Amino acid sequence: MKVSFKVNGQPRTVDVPGDMPLLWTLRDTLGLKGTKFGCGLSQCGACTVHFSGTAMRSCMTPISSCQGADITTIEGLSPDGTHALQRAWEELDVPQCGYCQAGQLMSASSLLAKNAHPTDAEIDDAMNENLCRCATYPRIRQAIHLAAELKAQSVQAGAPKAMKGGKP
Amino acid sequence: MTRTPLASAVSRRDFLRVSAIAGGGLLIASYLEPLDAATAVGRSAASDATLNAYIRITPDGIVTIIAKNPEVGQGVKTMLPMLIAEELDVDWTQVRIEQGDLDTKNFQGQVAGGSTATPNNWLPMRRVGAAARAMLVATAAQQWGVPAAECETAKGVVSHRASKRSATYGELATRAATATPPDLATVPLKDRKDFRIIGQRVRGVDTHRIVTGVPMYGIDVTVPGMLYATFVKCPVFGGKVASANVEAVKALPGVRQAFVVEGGTNLNGLMPGVAIVADSWWQAKSARLKLKVIWDEGATAQQSSASFATQAAALAAQPAQRSLRKDGDVDTALAGAARTIKGEYFYPFIAHASLEPQNCTAHMKPDGQLEIWAPSQAPAGGRALVAQTLGIKDTDITVHITRSGGGFGRRLANDYMVEAAWIAKVAGVPVKLLWTREDDMQHDFYRPAGYHYFTGGLDAAGKVVAWRDHFVSFGNDEKSFSAGASIGGTEFPQHFIPNFALDASVMPLGVPTGFLRAPGSNGIAFATQSFIDELAHAAGKDPLQFRLDLLANVQTDSAVAGTQPAPYDAVRARGVLELVRDKSGWGKTPLPRGTGMGVAFHFSHRGYFAEVVKASVSKAGKLKVEKVWAAGDIGSEVINPLNAENQVQGSVQDGLAQALGQEITIDKGRTVQSSFDDFPHIRFADAVPVEVHFLKSAVAPTGLGEPALPPLPPALCNAIFAATGKRVRSLPLSNQDLRWS
Repeated sequence: MKVSFKVNGQPRTVDVPGDMPLLWTLRDTLGLKGTKFGCGLSQCGACTVHFSGTAMRSCMTPISSCQGADITTIEGLSPDGTHALQRAWEELDVPQCGYCQAGQLMSASSLLAKNAHPTDAEIDDAMNENLCRCATYPRIRQAIHLAAELKAQSVQAGAPKAMKGGKP
Repeated sequence: MTRTPLASAVSRRDFLRVSAIAGGGLLIASYLEPLDAATAVGRSAASDATLNAYIRITPDGIVTIIAKNPEVGQGVKTMLPMLIAEELDVDWTQVRIEQGDLDTKNFQGQVAGGSTATPNNWLPMRRVGAAARAMLVATAAQQWGVPAAECETAKGVVSHRASKRSATYGELATRAATATPPDLATVPLKDRKDFRIIGQRVRGVDTHRIVTGVPMYGIDVTVPGMLYATFVKCPVFGGKVASANVEAVKALPGVRQAFVVEGGTNLNGLMPGVAIVADSWWQAKSARLKLKVIWDEGATAQQSSASFATQAAALAAQPAQRSLRKDGDVDTALAGAARTIKGEYFYPFIAHASLEPQNCTAHMKPDGQLEIWAPSQAPAGGRALVAQTLGIKDTDITVHITRSGGGFGRRLANDYMVEAAWIAKVAGVPVKLLWTREDDMQHDFYRPAGYHYFTGGLDAAGKVVAWRDHFVSFGNDEKSFSAGASIGGTEFPQHFIPNFALDASVMPLGVPTGFLRAPGSNGIAFATQSFIDELAHAAGKDPLQFRLDLLANVQTDSAVAGTQPAPYDAVRARGVLELVRDKSGWGKTPLPRGTGMGVAFHFSHRGYFAEVVKASVSKAGKLKVEKVWAAGDIGSEVINPLNAENQVQGSVQDGLAQALGQEITIDKGRTVQSSFDDFPHIRFADAVPVEVHFLKSAVAPTGLGEPALPPLPPALCNAIFAATGKRVRSLPLSNQDLRWS
């Protein structure tokens, strides 16, 4: 079926089976590989995107339900990779394998949009469905706090300075 | 925290000797290759000057370092280039990192396993950088007509102070590439006081790409003309396809091909199944719902976890099939012991469940060349398996190593690679094979379950005088163990108890097993460190001091004349126990009933870790893990502390997940669990704060992907005992009743 919707601000029209999940439309039809497949069962959160501003699991969202939707993926979280969360993630070097982190960032950005200074308990609550197999949770939590500070622009990055460079 | 002289105080000769032990003699003669080396890596542009297979310097001064090993989240893609960059004497901000392909001509040990990358590469990678630097210096010295010894380097520039001349590496590179490489064995290396990169908090080279969603994992690979495949195997391991409705499946939307793969009988090879190849993966997966297969389930369709438990109990009641180690006379010592304690321990099968499901992309070209893109931890092993199975030559196979969404040992097996290669060969087009989560959970190479039947003897003073472990495990004959199901001759407390017996019996298994992060140790540490705790409490001793006393009791090896008393250093073992005692405030504060601290120590993968867990248990049996202190000794340097802390924290949470609720059960020959709901990983709310401390010893640094995991489950269970008086002898805790009154 033909479905028209916006992805990262760009209007897109796809012609795919109506039951195809948004995840596979993004990855295999539109070539946006940043959103990841972990389980296909809404259990891990690796596939999290914003659906009209709210964090949603794309692996169980049929494309037929996306007509007219406004989708944001990790590729569209910021124009140049400088969203406060992306900066905080880099500053603290959160990832290990990194596979879940796009989903973590999309859930965290949805949280910060609604709650500028979440507590640890609020972070646990909002992020608990995002699985990190490497268990980088302590750093994710720290990075969300740091991003909240960066966003408020009241405090400079207070974490130990990491050495930049070694670019891919 | 430094308590012993560091590497700088060790003579060069000693340093090399230490390395030769740690590195297993992996140093090779040809780390420097002629100009075509980078071409072999497949990334050389015509104008690039190549100093060796690892380093490329362009005239604009950009230094590219090839990261040869698979990156699975352990940080090796950053760490190995750091070693080269350090000795090359370039600024880290100048460096670019590229992932190398599988290239057994130029690279050694392209494996992510056994925490081996650090010990095996600590000197070789530094020598690569140092040799390249020496060639650049020699080139400058020759150009300037000055002695090389008078030249200095810093941040990618060679300078000669007396004549006030300097040249960038970029300016020198083209000529330097033709210089004679120095002898790697003797090329001078920096003293640790001169390190500018090693020991710094260096970010992962891919971190920016990760947070911006740049494709780089196996699942992200796209090849022009590529189709997508799913592969359906028998739920019973080793089952064959009797018949399948492939003609009906072929008629489904988007399906291009559907066919039976005959496969073999070796659980480590290509297994039988049905491949569906479609225009999109979703269509392949949708078609799979209509696939009907009649399986020939084979000989192992009746095996179950329950039957394994019954067999283990029966084996334990009989004399052991074999003796793995015998010191002194255990029976006599037990007969004379003031107290005898018995304990039966069990740990279950566990899946790896890395977040990126198994996948691989393969393209068999008309000329017979096979190109593969794989998130593999052991790409050379995969290539060999593919070559053997498809009947082609190694040299006709190119393997591109992609980033992996977690490894944990799962990707040491290459079943997904040989499946993709076979399907692509039959399909005649490039194919991306992707497993479902359920495929991944139900066709793993599991951490094998294990049963330990302990007997310990204490003398009147509470000292351990005898220890017997009848280890009941899996193996298809009485002389071998299934993969990952063995026990080593180095496990603590061997060598520290005068009368010691390690016996083993095995039962046959039709389930694929393999290596999970800290293989062997991840289960054995739970059993042994819990039983040591039982002995400590029976002796009325402080459990941490009891371990220190045990470690002070090094025995002369009575079984094998001429071997060292212990294969690891009791002083380093004691060091991490003392450090974790001091950092955790062990024994300093009385804790209320229901709250307790537990300790465990384990040596594995050349690393020493002691951990203390503080946990509380409500009367209703609800467990809360409050804090973990981890103390490790991995040698003279923590090469990248930023990543090292992350690895230890992650290992601790991983061990916590195993202890809390992970269990794979087998019923009717197949895996019962299928996803993250019935095989839980740790979540945000369960993640525990971890304090990480390192002790530095005067030996070359060793790896950190694994050794911090094994102490966590026993330390947690020992804390539960301290809190409640309930001894946990079987994992996971989700099966245990922790209520107390």
